[in-house]
Amino acid sequence: MSSTAGKLVTSRSELNIEDYLPSGSSIQEPRGKLRLLDLIDISPTLTEAAGAIIDDSFTRCFKSNPPEPWNWNIYLFPLWCFGVVVRYCILFPLRCLTLAFGWFIFLSTFIPVHSLLKGQDKLRKNIERVLVEMICSFFVGSWTGVVKYHGPRPSIRPKQVYVANHTSMIDFIVLEQMTAFAVIMQKHPGWVGLLQSTILESVGCIWFNRSEAKDREIVARKLRDHVQGADNNPLLIFPEGTCVNNNYTVMFKKGAFELGCTVCPIAIKYNKIFVDAFWNSRKQSFTMHLLQLMTSWAVVCEVWYLEPQTIRPGETAIEFAERVRDMISLRAGLKKVPWDGYLKYSRPSSKHSERKQESFAESLLARLEEK
Amino acid sequence: MGNTSSMLTQYDTEEVQSHCQDLCENFPPRNLSVSSVMCLIRYSQQEILSLYQRFCQLDRNAKGFISSDEFLSVPEFSMNPLSLRLLKMVDGLNFKDFVAFLSAFSAKASLKQKVKLIFQVYDSDCNGKVSFKDVMEVLRDLSGSFMSDEQREQVLSQVLNEAAYTCDSFLTLEDFIKVFGSCKPEMDVEIPVD
Repeated sequence: MSSTAGKLVTSRSELNIEDYLPSGSSIQEPRGKLRLLDLIDISPTLTEAAGAIIDDSFTRCFKSNPPEPWNWNIYLFPLWCFGVVVRYCILFPLRCLTLAFGWFIFLSTFIPVHSLLKGQDKLRKNIERVLVEMICSFFVGSWTGVVKYHGPRPSIRPKQVYVANHTSMIDFIVLEQMTAFAVIMQKHPGWVGLLQSTILESVGCIWFNRSEAKDREIVARKLRDHVQGADNNPLLIFPEGTCVNNNYTVMFKKGAFELGCTVCPIAIKYNKIFVDAFWNSRKQSFTMHLLQLMTSWAVVCEVWYLEPQTIRPGETAIEFAERVRDMISLRAGLKKVPWDGYLKYSRPSSKHSERKQESFAESLLARLEEK
Repeated sequence: MGNTSSMLTQYDTEEVQSHCQDLCENFPPRNLSVSSVMCLIRYSQQEILSLYQRFCQLDRNAKGFISSDEFLSVPEFSMNPLSLRLLKMVDGLNFKDFVAFLSAFSAKASLKQKVKLIFQVYDSDCNGKVSFKDVMEVLRDLSGSFMSDEQREQVLSQVLNEAAYTCDSFLTLEDFIKVFGSCKPEMDVEIPVD
């Protein structure tokens, strides 16, 4: 009962989830006169519901895979204990020290530059860019991050937007250490929010708030303004809108694909042998997630900068988004599912069940005509 | 199944298997509660383990049962027109009863078990009888605003009369089984086994 990787929808302005889902066949192929049996046989609908209860493709996207415990042996267990000691008592303090050192250098250069060079914007921006890249490298170093970049490095050009699949907030750090992107992010509370409002503002990051309705238009406008500016840092968007577990991709939101500029896809794949980098925001806070990364052996990932794409004539934004999602999923070895990531936070709209009701009613009425 | 870790022992799986089988023996046939419905099928060990993993995945804070909210957070379930009816049947079930409920969807389940589940979906007040009104309500769930009440009444009366029932008759489980005859409802869901 698994919904399989999708097919591109041709020339429809809205993707039909029903195309992807296993069709439990609604009451169906008109087979002669309507009988009582046909009316009370609700088994297709029940089967779909039970199928969803037993396994559904949406929940699979957000399942974190804890590593299998392998320390259950008389000789493996001491080895594992030794590993724990090394990770927590040697590596972890070293990493904290490295990170603290990095922050020290960063803050002692960033704060003066930010306040003193108020007049010379261009120079200040350049220095801040380099500094942000540096602190991100320190972060990556603090998890012993081994990142392999494939493809041409992003350059600063107007009318260009980068999109990537999203596994955790560290995606941003991994990408930022190579190029100072301006990212569009959800505004977080706590120390992350503090960093967002101070340091990330300087690279031109844009904030949104999922819970605010009017937010979409404001953000769309900000995005458009940003990509027009020649001097702004390249814009990085995570069109999934939420963290997914690096085995699947959920539907891309079309906002990034409606800006009328070139879209450069980036695919990120983490190697699960070392650590599961998926940040399950429902289960852990970001601090705990970072601590988990810092007490693992390493974070190994690959980043591919893919061929820039432009919207083809006659293609809608949604089709464009799906095409780019195909590229990213293919490159990173991810399976596609037809769900909107925001269903994590809200129920599906009633139009899906209404569509089912409509097709049921139509076939029933059609069969009624047959005598 | 006291512990909340995802490890089931052999005792646990055997307990669930026999729970499914015992239910029919211990509960009197008139008692149409969910758990007495479908048993007598023996899930394999592997299937029970997979179901347990799924149960733990849906039951987010390890309470021992899955709440309505958690069921509705599965978009595919939420989109189903009969989700609310099914929710009344599955809400708050512990793991054993959860498996017993799902056993009607196994390929090994008999026609009687499957028809029994369908009957239970209709018989929301659990009085052992399905009235014209009950069927109308399910029809309303399935067709929504795309059919008027008159059209639904018309369809239902027509098929009922053809099957030699009246609009005032009550359908029992036996009637349902008679209507289905030898046509086993296609209600098989395979449990993914890793």
